[in-house]
Amino acid sequence: MKGLKIIVLAKQVPDTRNVGKDAMKADGTVNRAALPAIFNPEDLNALEQALQIKDRIPGSKVTVLTMGPGRAADIIREGLFRGADDGILLSDRAFAGSDTLATSYALSQAIKKMENFDLIVAGRQAIDGDTAQVGPQVAEKLGLPQLTYVEELMEITEKHATVKRRLERGVEISSCPLPLLLTVNGSAADCRARNARLLMKYKHAKTVSEIQNANEDYLHLYNDRPYLTITEWSVNDIETDQGQLGLSGSPTKVKKIDNVILQAKESKVISSSDEDIEALMQELIESHTIG
Amino acid sequence: MNNIFVYCEIEDGVLAEVSLELLTKGRKLADTLKCKLEAVVIGAGLQGIENQIFPFGVDILHLADDSRLYPYQTLPHTSIVVKLFEQEKPQIALMGATSIGRDLGPRVSSALHSGLTADCTSLEIGDHEDKKAGMHYKDLLFQIRPAFGGNIIATIINPDCRPQMATVREGVMKKEILDPDYKGEVRTIDVEKWVSSEDFVVSIIDRHIEQSKVNLKGAPIVIAGGYGMGSRENFNLLYDLAEVLGGEVGASRAAVDAGYASHERQIGQTGVTVRPKLYIACGISGQIQHRAGMEESSQIIAINTDPEAPINAVADYVITGDVAEIIPKMIKFYRKNTK
Repeated sequence: MKGLKIIVLAKQVPDTRNVGKDAMKADGTVNRAALPAIFNPEDLNALEQALQIKDRIPGSKVTVLTMGPGRAADIIREGLFRGADDGILLSDRAFAGSDTLATSYALSQAIKKMENFDLIVAGRQAIDGDTAQVGPQVAEKLGLPQLTYVEELMEITEKHATVKRRLERGVEISSCPLPLLLTVNGSAADCRARNARLLMKYKHAKTVSEIQNANEDYLHLYNDRPYLTITEWSVNDIETDQGQLGLSGSPTKVKKIDNVILQAKESKVISSSDEDIEALMQELIESHTIG
Repeated sequence: MNNIFVYCEIEDGVLAEVSLELLTKGRKLADTLKCKLEAVVIGAGLQGIENQIFPFGVDILHLADDSRLYPYQTLPHTSIVVKLFEQEKPQIALMGATSIGRDLGPRVSSALHSGLTADCTSLEIGDHEDKKAGMHYKDLLFQIRPAFGGNIIATIINPDCRPQMATVREGVMKKEILDPDYKGEVRTIDVEKWVSSEDFVVSIIDRHIEQSKVNLKGAPIVIAGGYGMGSRENFNLLYDLAEVLGGEVGASRAAVDAGYASHERQIGQTGVTVRPKLYIACGISGQIQHRAGMEESSQIIAINTDPEAPINAVADYVITGDVAEIIPKMIKFYRKNTK
C-alpha cells in the first residue's frame, strides 16, 4: 500500500475557555493579549484521527494546514511534535478580517495548490466562533463529500472510509469513498502527547519569516536540514480572486459589538444560615414555585 | 420572490421542534417585512406533512419527496436547497443549529456565496448605514449572537449577499401556532431534475436514534452546576436536590468540558435553552453564553462562593456560600415545610 495523503485543517485560537479577570479591558473590549493562543481543541482530535491512519496504513503522510498570523506557525510546530510530517502556514494581510466563507475560500485555494490528497480532516468547530462552518464550506468549494460530527474512524482503506458520527440523539454509521472531508467531534479520541524524539527533531522548525529574524548561529541548520523550514504561503503563492478574500470577500459584516453589561436585577441577598435557607424554601413553597 | 424560507427537519414523519420554532419566528419576520413565509421539507413519505406546517402561517411549502431523501444526507439535500434558492431567491433563510442544519447550512452558503451566522440568540429587522461606502440598507436581518467566548455580543449583517442565512438552536425561539386553519400552497419539487446519482455516494449503514433521557426543556425546575462544583462526585448533590424538588440537572459548558456532566445536560448558547419556573445555579460564574440559555427563567437562585459572580446580576436570590453546605439545608427545610 502506498498510504494516504491527509490534510489536517487546524486553527490557532484564543483560549476562550479560561477567561480570567484581566481578559476584559477597562473599556469593556477584549484584551487579546491576556488570552493564551492555543491549538483549537477539536482540531487536536482531528490531528489524532489523521495520525491513527498513519499508524494503520504505512506510507501515509499528514500535512497540517493553518491560516493565521505569523505566530500561528506554533500550530504547525505542535503538529510536528505530535507526529505530523509537515505543515503549511497560509499567512497574509490580505486574509485579515475573513469570515468563515472567505476563510474557506483561501483554504480551498491553498489545498488546490497542494499535491493530490485522499482525505481532509478538520475539527468540528473552533472555540472562538463555535460556527462549525469552515469544514463543510471547504468541502463544498472542493466538490467533496463530507461526514461531520465524526467520533470514530471505524474502517479506513485507500479507497473508502467508514465512520461513526455522534448526533444529538444517537449515532449514525456511514461510509463514503475517498476523497472526502471529515469533521471530528470533541468526543473522539484525545490527541497523543508530544513525542520527545520529534520535539528534539523539530525544535528549531521555523517559517522563512521566522528564520529571517532568527539567531545567526542557527542559520546553517536550515541549509543542512530542509525539514526544519516550514512552508509559508502568502496570497501570491495561491491563485485567488481578490474579491473573495479577507474583509471584502466576507458576506457577513459585524454591525456592532456590545460589551456585556449586566443589567442587575433587584436580587435578594441571603446568607447560608439555617434561618435564611428555611425562609427561602418557605417563600418558594408559598409562591407555588416548588412543592 | 424574496421571501423568507425555513428549512424544516423531520424525524419519523414529525417536524422537529426547532423547525416549528423557526416557522414561528419566520412568520413574525415575514409580517414585519410584508413578504411571504415559505417552508422546505425534504424527505420520504411526506403525504399530509402540510397539516403540521400550515398552522404556523406558512404560505408556500416546497416538498421534495423521494425514498432516497430520508434519512438526511448532505449532498442531495444541499443540491435541492441550493437549486431552490437559486430559483426562488429568498431574502432570508433559517435553519436549526442541529447536526443537520450545521451540516447543510455552510454547504449552501458556500455554494451561493452568501453569509451564514451560526447559533443566533435573537433575530431582528433593521436598517444599516454604511457611511464609508455611502450606502443605506433597509430592512436587513440583524443576526445577534454572543461571540468570543461569550465576552461580547455581536450583531452580524449580510448587506450585499442573499439569502441572509442564520442558524438557531432548539429552544431559543418560542413555538406558537398562528391559526389552525391557515392554508398555504404545496409545490412539489422534481427531485430527479435537481439531484444526481453522484449525490448519493455516502451510504448510511446503521443508525440508532436514542431518545435523549434528559428532558431539560420540559423540566419546571432546573438545578444547574458549573465548574465551581469541583468534581463529578459533587454533582450528586444536584441530583439529590433535583429528585426532591422534581427537577432536572443541567450544567454549564465549563462543567461539561471538565467532565462533571454529560453533553446533553449543557445549558447555554451552545447547549439547551431553558425557561423553567425555578433555576438554581450552583457554582456557575455566569458567562453570557450560559445566561443566554437560562435568563428567561421565572425565578433564579444563584449559589456561589464569589459574591461578584456575574450570575448574581440576573438572580432573584443570591446566596454566597458553599454549595456542599447549602444544598443539604435546602433539602432539609423543603422536607420540613412540606410535610
